Amino acid sequence: MASVSCKDLRKTFSQGETTVIGLDGVSLDIEKGSFMCLSGPSGSGKTTLLNAIGGLDTPDSGEISIGGERIDQLAKSDLADMRLHNIGFVFQAYNLIPVLTARENVEFVMQLQGQSVEQRRELSTSILEEVGLQGMEDRLPTQLSGGQQQRVAVARAIVSEPQLVLADEPTANLDSKTSTQLMDLFWQLNERRGITFVIATHDARVMSYCRRIIRMVDGQIIADENQAGGPGNAD
Amino acid sequence: MQMSLQVLATLAWRNLWRNYRRTLIMLAAIILGVWAMIFMTALMRGMVDGVVSDGIKYLPGHAQIHHPSFRDDPSVEHAIKNLSPELLAALKQPGITGWSARVKVPGMIASERDSRGIMLLGVDPAQELTVTFSADDIVEGRFLESSADTGVVVGRKMLEHLETKLGRRIVLMSQTPDNDVGDRGFRIVGVYRAGQSSQEEMYVYAGREVVQKMIGIGPAVTELSVIGNDYRNLSPWLEQLQTAAGGNLDVAGWRELDNYLSLALTMQDSIGLVMTLLIFVVLSFGLVNIMAMAVFERVREIGLMQALGMQPRAILVQVLIEGLYLLVLGLCIGNGLAWLSLQPLAAGIDLSIIAEGADMYGLGTTLYPSLKPVDMIQSTVLVIFLGLLASLLPAWRAARLDPIRALNEH
Repeated sequence: MASVSCKDLRKTFSQGETTVIGLDGVSLDIEKGSFMCLSGPSGSGKTTLLNAIGGLDTPDSGEISIGGERIDQLAKSDLADMRLHNIGFVFQAYNLIPVLTARENVEFVMQLQGQSVEQRRELSTSILEEVGLQGMEDRLPTQLSGGQQQRVAVARAIVSEPQLVLADEPTANLDSKTSTQLMDLFWQLNERRGITFVIATHDARVMSYCRRIIRMVDGQIIADENQAGGPGNAD
Repeated sequence: MQMSLQVLATLAWRNLWRNYRRTLIMLAAIILGVWAMIFMTALMRGMVDGVVSDGIKYLPGHAQIHHPSFRDDPSVEHAIKNLSPELLAALKQPGITGWSARVKVPGMIASERDSRGIMLLGVDPAQELTVTFSADDIVEGRFLESSADTGVVVGRKMLEHLETKLGRRIVLMSQTPDNDVGDRGFRIVGVYRAGQSSQEEMYVYAGREVVQKMIGIGPAVTELSVIGNDYRNLSPWLEQLQTAAGGNLDVAGWRELDNYLSLALTMQDSIGLVMTLLIFVVLSFGLVNIMAMAVFERVREIGLMQALGMQPRAILVQVLIEGLYLLVLGLCIGNGLAWLSLQPLAAGIDLSIIAEGADMYGLGTTLYPSLKPVDMIQSTVLVIFLGLLASLLPAWRAARLDPIRALNEH
C-alpha cells in the first residue's frame, strides 16, 4: 500500500480578480521509504501539493490518504493531530521557535505528543548527535548558523519518527557546502530509518539525490522519473 | 492538554520577555492600577468605617430595643415598663459585648445665657460605658458615677453655645407622661468630645434614676442600646434578640435605624467595585493592545506551531497564559506595594486641617485606612477574570490563524 495517495487533486487561488490554478488534477502515489522530489518552476504547484499532502491546505476537490486514512475531509483540530503524529516538516526558512533552545525545539513536538521527560531527553540527545549538533543543545536559534538551524529543524522533523517528512525548498537559504551536508543527512536518515522524504525543490543538486523526480508545470504533473539517486549521483 | 501545559507555560513566560520594555511598561501600568485600587479602597473603607462606627457609637449602638410605637412617636408614653428574663438572658449571648438601658427623651437645656433643644439621655454609667463612652471621651471633669448621680455631662460644643463651664449649674426640662413639664437643676460635672460636633451639640447625659424621677416614669426606660463585636455582621445574635423580645418589643439593627449610615456602607462597597471596574477598563485597553501586538509579531511562529501539530485551543491557552502572567505579576507587586504604603498610615491620617469640612460629612479628625483581605481578594479575582476576558480576543485570533497564511507572513 502506498504511504501517500493523491487522486485528482484540484486547487485554485483567487488573486484579485484573477484565478490562479494551484493543482490541476494531480494524482500521485508515494511508496513508503521513498526519497523523492517535486520539481518545477515557481508557481508550478509543488509547494501547493506539499501543503495539501501535509494537511496544511485543503484541496478544492480530490482525495488524499496517508497510511490509508483520508485526510482531505478532516477538521482543523484533527488535521493538527494527524500532522503531530505522522508528518515532519522542514521549511526553507528553518522556522525554529526563537525563544526555545536547540534541544527544546527538538523536544517541542514530543512534548505536544505527551512523551515523558526521560524519553524526550534521551531521544533529543541522540537525534542532535545524529545531525551533528552535539554540544550545541542549549544554544538559542540566534546562536546557530543557518546550516545548524536547518539541522535542528531536521532533527525536530524526524525525532518522533514520522511516516513522512515534507521539506519545502530546504536548501534555498544554504550555501552549496551546507546544502550538500543537509542532503547527505536526509539520504542517511532515509537509508537508516526508512523515513519517506518528499522534497519540493528546483535545485538540481537536490534533485540529483532523489530516486524519483516528479516534474510539475501549471499545477500538473508532466513527468514522473526514476533514477539511482544518492550522494554519488550528485558528483 | 495537561501534557502541553508545561511547554505552553514555558513558551508564554519566555515570549513575555521578548519585548521586555513593552512588558515592563504594561506591568508598571497594572501595578499602578492595582496599587491605586487597593490604596483608595483602604482609604474609603477607613472613611466609611469612621463615619459609621462614630455614628453608631454615639447614637444607636449596633441594635436597639424599643416599645413598638416608640420609633413613630418617641415620647415617654411609649416606654418599656420592664425587661423580661428571656430578653435579659438573650443579652448575655456571645457576640454581644455590651448593652445599656436608657431613658432617651427630647428636652431642653438652659444656662443663664442661652437655652437649646437637646436629646436627654438618662443612663446607668456602668452600662453606658460598655456601649458608648470610653474614659478618653471625657475632656474635662468626669463621667457620671451612678444612675443616681445628680450631675450632667455635656458636649464641648454645647458648652460653647451655653456660654457656661464645668461646675456651673444648668436646668434640664422634658415632658412628663401627663403632658406637664418636668424640670430639674443639674451641675455640669463633665464635658465630652465626640467624633462629630453635631453629637456634642445634641446629646446630654444624666443619671437614669434622676431623669426617671424628673419626668415621673418610675423604673421605665425608652431604649435599650446593644453593641456587638462586628457592626457589619449582626445576624448571629440579632435574630435571637428578636425571638426573646417576642411581639411586645421592637428590635432593630442599626441599618434599619439609621438609613444614612446604612446607605454610606452600601455606597462604599459599590464605589469600591465601580472604582475597580473603571481602573481596570483603562488597563484592559493596554492589555488588549499588548496581547494583540504580541500575537501580531509572532504570526509566523504561531503558524509554525500549528503546522507542527499544536491544537488551536493550545495556542489560545498559550496567549491567555501570557496575559495571566502579566496580571498575576502586576497583582502581586501592586497588592504588596499597596500594603506597604498603608503601613506608615496605620496610626491614622490627621484631618484636623480640614476638620470643619470633614465634620460636615460626619468624618472625625483622624482617618484610619482600613485594608481588609476581602478587598484584595475581590479586586484580584475581578482583575484576573476581566484580564483574561480582555486577552481572549487576541488569543482567539491567534488560534484561528490559517497555518499556511501565517507561515507566509513577513
